[in-house]
Parts: sequence; structure tokens; C-alpha cells
Amino acid sequence: MKILLKGGRIVDPSQNIDSTMDILIEGDTISRIENTIDPVAGAQVFDLKDKVVSPGLIDMHTHLREPGFEYKETIRTGSEAAVAGGFTAIACMANTEPVNDNRSITEFILKQARLADMAHVYPVAAVSKGLKGKTLAEFGELKDAGAVALSDDGNPVEDSGLMKNALEYAYSLGMPVISHCEDKGLASGGVMNEGLVSTLLGLQGIPNIAEDIMTSRDIAIAGYTGTSVHISHVSTAGSVRAVREAKKMGIKVTAETAPHYFALTDDALKGYSTDFKMYPPLRSREDTEAIMAGLQDGTIDAIASDHAPHSTIEKDVEFDYAANGIIGLETSLSVSMKLVDEGILSLGQLIEKMSTNPAAILKIPKDTLQKGATANITVIDTHKVWTVDSERFRSKSRNTPFQGWQLKGKAVLTIVSGKVKYSEMG
Amino acid sequence: MELSKKDILDIGDLSVEEINLILDTAESLKEISTRKIKKVPTLRGKTIINLFYEASTRTRTSFEIAAKRLSADAVNISTSTSSVAKGETLIDTAKTLESMSPDIIIIRHSASGAPHILARLLQQSVINAGDGKHEHPTQALLDMMTLREKRGSLEGLKVAIVGDIAHSRVARSNIHGLTKMGAEVALCGPVVMMPRHIEKLGVTVHHSMEDAIRGVDVIMMLRIQFERQGTNTFPSMREYSKYYCLTGDRIRLAHDDVLVMHPGPINRGIEIAPDVAYGPYSVILNQVTNGVAVRMALLYLLAGGK
Repeated sequence: MKILLKGGRIVDPSQNIDSTMDILIEGDTISRIENTIDPVAGAQVFDLKDKVVSPGLIDMHTHLREPGFEYKETIRTGSEAAVAGGFTAIACMANTEPVNDNRSITEFILKQARLADMAHVYPVAAVSKGLKGKTLAEFGELKDAGAVALSDDGNPVEDSGLMKNALEYAYSLGMPVISHCEDKGLASGGVMNEGLVSTLLGLQGIPNIAEDIMTSRDIAIAGYTGTSVHISHVSTAGSVRAVREAKKMGIKVTAETAPHYFALTDDALKGYSTDFKMYPPLRSREDTEAIMAGLQDGTIDAIASDHAPHSTIEKDVEFDYAANGIIGLETSLSVSMKLVDEGILSLGQLIEKMSTNPAAILKIPKDTLQKGATANITVIDTHKVWTVDSERFRSKSRNTPFQGWQLKGKAVLTIVSGKVKYSEMG
Repeated sequence: MELSKKDILDIGDLSVEEINLILDTAESLKEISTRKIKKVPTLRGKTIINLFYEASTRTRTSFEIAAKRLSADAVNISTSTSSVAKGETLIDTAKTLESMSPDIIIIRHSASGAPHILARLLQQSVINAGDGKHEHPTQALLDMMTLREKRGSLEGLKVAIVGDIAHSRVARSNIHGLTKMGAEVALCGPVVMMPRHIEKLGVTVHHSMEDAIRGVDVIMMLRIQFERQGTNTFPSMREYSKYYCLTGDRIRLAHDDVLVMHPGPINRGIEIAPDVAYGPYSVILNQVTNGVAVRMALLYLLAGGK
């Protein structure tokens, strides 16, 4: 099987390339990348004039719900949603049922991903057994089984001593630890950001410091032990400041945010729609601006969707009772394109935050557009205007805060290991 | 003038004209409750459902009496004896009730925003009878009616609202209503009971009761919401009442003919001393009486001409 990508604008921050070139894919590999490649016998040709050819995008933070919650999402539907959103690889968190804290669950996830045969799926295993924050999971065995990173995502590792041991032990194995920063005492009972809007709506607020304090704690532990830590879903100005300062001091900290933390504020909750309920909660204008500044100056390394599917059983209820989480695989790139439109990031920087950097943080093979590399490629139509309609999503769930939004820019062709997994190319 | 709204969910959403219309209507309907035969045929053939997910004496009874005085059929659903106890969701319950063609559904719920879910879902009018910590619009309306009755106008009245502001839906509705109608509102309570950025709603914030009530025309005491307190919000009831109980001594700091209000039910001796609750300044029972009139007005305005 041969695929010829003709006339696209190649934007590859992994090698600092931004120019018009052709790419020939043979089997699962990029066999040629040259200014002009003449038609090759038997090759499927895509005319990519005015389109951007990017190394495959990587979403480093998703929840695929399998095993245990297959009515919300499966590895198959989740990875179908991934390729539809332009992602050739995704990492999935450990809060399944049973929890991914042992070899058999990691192996099961990888097997389901192979059967689905859509995006590459990289399991993130639990830091603590059962996500209970008491005893460490067997990192080494999990690594051998194929887990790429460790996280109790959905829960913080509350015990600072356990977190210190986790960072040290994982560091010796070369495994990244991803931290969900939440001080449970401060966040207790909260269902949205604490501020004027929570006061008006009469909903219990979660103060920014619930996140800031844990971000600072994790940075302190990483700094003290000389290990590294990755801060998940950064939503507050305080977290951005803490990460920025830590990086200046040479502490090995990386950070990600999600599109909703720069595209939405807690104003969206007026009306009590549970499609705007997630943890951490949507914050204030001051926070969204700090997030964008953090993306711009490199404090925040990555954008990940925190794709968290829930069914109407969890979401069609009173706001207080609704589950936290929104889906994002099929909107993440397009919502993030607004950063390019507004001049906050160059297209190359956006791709860096959605492909090159996540790969480096997770220490997985980076997607790159060069001869001999695995052909994981995302083609983006930066001009395409489309309207979000959750009924058309590949995901099993519909809990998007972007329903009805008109967005500019979309993945129109997703190639995973040399195979077309998603195409809007007619 | 007619009320152009389908639902009454929050005071925050009502205009000054709409509030005046409701209060004027309530004043004219109040007389019905003083008649020998306390019933008019205005809402004959209309069905009103009281859907209460939280305990209530005065609000539920008040709505029921209001409906009956207007000849509507009132049905009460208490969640402990309905399918809700079997785990039926709010949305499923609402759809079931809708299929029985009521005209107005009145809901009280411990979750803020629950009435908004119903209002979005149902053709029928929805009245919020108190939702979580959000709003209790009929309480604020009856409070405003009582003040207007006693003082002629709300314009320029100095009102102190004292107690657990953070957990109080009565406080939120009254802050919106009173400030809209031109009153000056001072809030008072310990910092842990003051919701963030509340001063942006055009009120002053005090932590000393003496400062807050000095020279005011109205003191509105709030019930300590035992059921909504988290852990360790304040050390003890004893300590709370030491600083924030409205006693005969404290009341002398206020204006000579101060009005004392309380939405009920009162915690005797905790936020209000019994002799103050039933003393000469108290209008607590007038509030209850006006509650029926205000609710009659809302039922009439929402279902009357239709």
C-alpha cells in the first residue's frame, strides 16, 4: 500500500520544518519526503494544496472507560473518536473498573487497542493500588506490560510521603508521573469554580488554591528529590505561576492544560448545564488569560483533551449530582486552533504542544515527518469552518461543552502507521 | 400589565416593574384571606402540583392554601412517599407529572438549579419554592410585600441581613430584590459564612453584628442551616449565638421602630431570642400571612388569564 501526499504545507516542529513538500508512504513508513515527488504506480494520491501536514497528534490525557464503563466509551469508540479528531496516539488514564494497577489490565487495554486498530493507545497505570492513595502499584511490572506513565488521575495522591516515594521510584524506572492536583480539604463539596458566579448560582465553589497548593507541593517534592513530575490539566493562574518559577529554578516539571481551560470561563455555568461540569472546574477570565500566557511562553508544554465520557445517566441530573468530565477528542484540535487565529501560538507551536511535547513527556516515540519514520500523520484544513454536532461524534458520549459552536480548522485526514484511519478528503 | 414569564425561578431575573406588579397583585388578593368565605373561583379547573424534595411547613402549606383560595386543585407530592424514594430521577418524575397535564409545578429541591432543569424541560409554568443555596424568590417577594406594607416604600430603607449568608437562598433572593427596589443592604456574619465576591452585588459586608445593625430600619435574621453546614464551619452553636444572636440588648442599636424579620423556621435562642421573635418589633407572622397573598398573586399571574 502506497500513499502520496501532494502539495501540502509540511509543519513539523520536531525538525523545524515549515515548507511545501510531498510525502510518499510505503507500508507503515515514510519512504520519501521531497520538494516534488512524481506520481508513483499504485499509490493513492491526496492533493493537499492549502492544507497543513503535521506529524500525528498525540492526546496525552484521555479516559477510555474500558474495562468497566463500556456504556460510556470503549477503547474502540474512543480511538475512533481520536482519529476523527486528528490524533494518531492517545494515552488513557487508569480509573477504569477494575483499576489499571496491574499487568492484566494494562495488557487487556493494549489488546483491545490492537483489535480496534485505530489510534495507538498508551496506557497510563495507577500510582497507587486501586487509586486509593495508600500503597504503590507495581511500577516495574506495569512498565513491562506496556504502561508508559503513572497517574492516579481523578484523584490526587494526598499523602505527600507516598507522592515522594512514587516520584523517586518511578524516576528510577524512567516512568513519568502525571499529577492530578487537588487539595481535597479545600475542594470538598465543591462543584464549580469559587467566585461571583458560584455565589450567584448558589453552588459550592472550589477555590483556585485547591489546585495551586498541590501544584506547589508536587513541584517542591520534585525539586527536593531531583525527580520529574508532570502537572495535569492546569486551570489556574497560580498553577501557571508556580510551574513557570519552578522551570526557571531548573526543576524538572512539565505541564498540560485542556482546551476548555482557555476557551471557557465559569460564566458558562449560568443555566446549570452539566456539560460544563468537570474537575478542575472552569475558572475566571483572569485564569484563562494566564493559561494562554503560559502556553505562549512555554510554561505549559502540552494541550490534552482530558476526554471524559459520561452518559445521560450521569449527566441528565441535578448539577450537584452530575459526574465531572467532558469529552474532547473530536473538538480539541479545532478549539485549540483559536490560539493560532488569535496569534497566541504559531501553528508550529500548537503542533509542538499537541504532538512533539506530549511524546517527549510520555517518553513514547515522537511522530516526525522524515524518511524512515513511522507514518503517523495528521492533515489539517486550517480554513475549514464547521459546527460542532455531538450527534455526529464517534465517541459514545455526548457531554461536550462546545455543542453548536462554529469552529475554524479541522483534521481532515488521519494516517496511523501508514493506513488511512480517518478521511474527509472525498 | 401582564407577567410575560413562563416561570418564576429567581428574583435576579425579575425587573422592578415585574416585582411591583406581583406585589400590587398580592396586595389586592390579600383581602380574600380575611373574608368569611375565603375562596374565589379565579383558577377553577387549574391543577397545581407541589413537588417538594425537601422538608417544608410554611412554604408548602402556603402554596397549597394559595391555590385553594383561588379554587385551583392542589396536589402535594412529598418525595419520601413517591417514586422518588424508589430512585426515580428528577427528569423522569417531571415527565411523568407533565403527562397528567398540570398547569403549574412548584418545586423545592436541595440542589441549586433543579427548578431550571424542570423549566427547560416542561411546557408548564414552574415556580421555584427554594433551590439549594441559590434562591427562594417567593420568600423575598413576601418579605418585600411586608416591608412595603409597613413602610410604604422600599426606597432608601436600611436593611441588615444577618447570619449564614453563604448557605442562604433567602439572602440571595432578598439581596437581588431589595437592591433592585432601592433599599440599602448590609450583610453580616462571620467570614466563613460570607460567599465570595458578594459585595459585587451592591451590598456592604460586616462581621460585627453591632456595626451592621446600628441605625437600620430592618433586621432580617437568617436561620442557621444545620443541614447545609460543612464540617468545622464554626466552633459551636454557643459561640455563634454569642456574637450573632438578635437579643433585646442588641436590638436597641437599630432604629427606634426597627422591623425584625425571619423567614422561619427559627432556631430559638441561637440566631434570635424568643422574646425578640415575638416582641413588639417583630413582623415574622405578618411575613407568613403575606406569603399566602404573594403566592396567590403568582399563581394568578401565571395561570389566571390563560
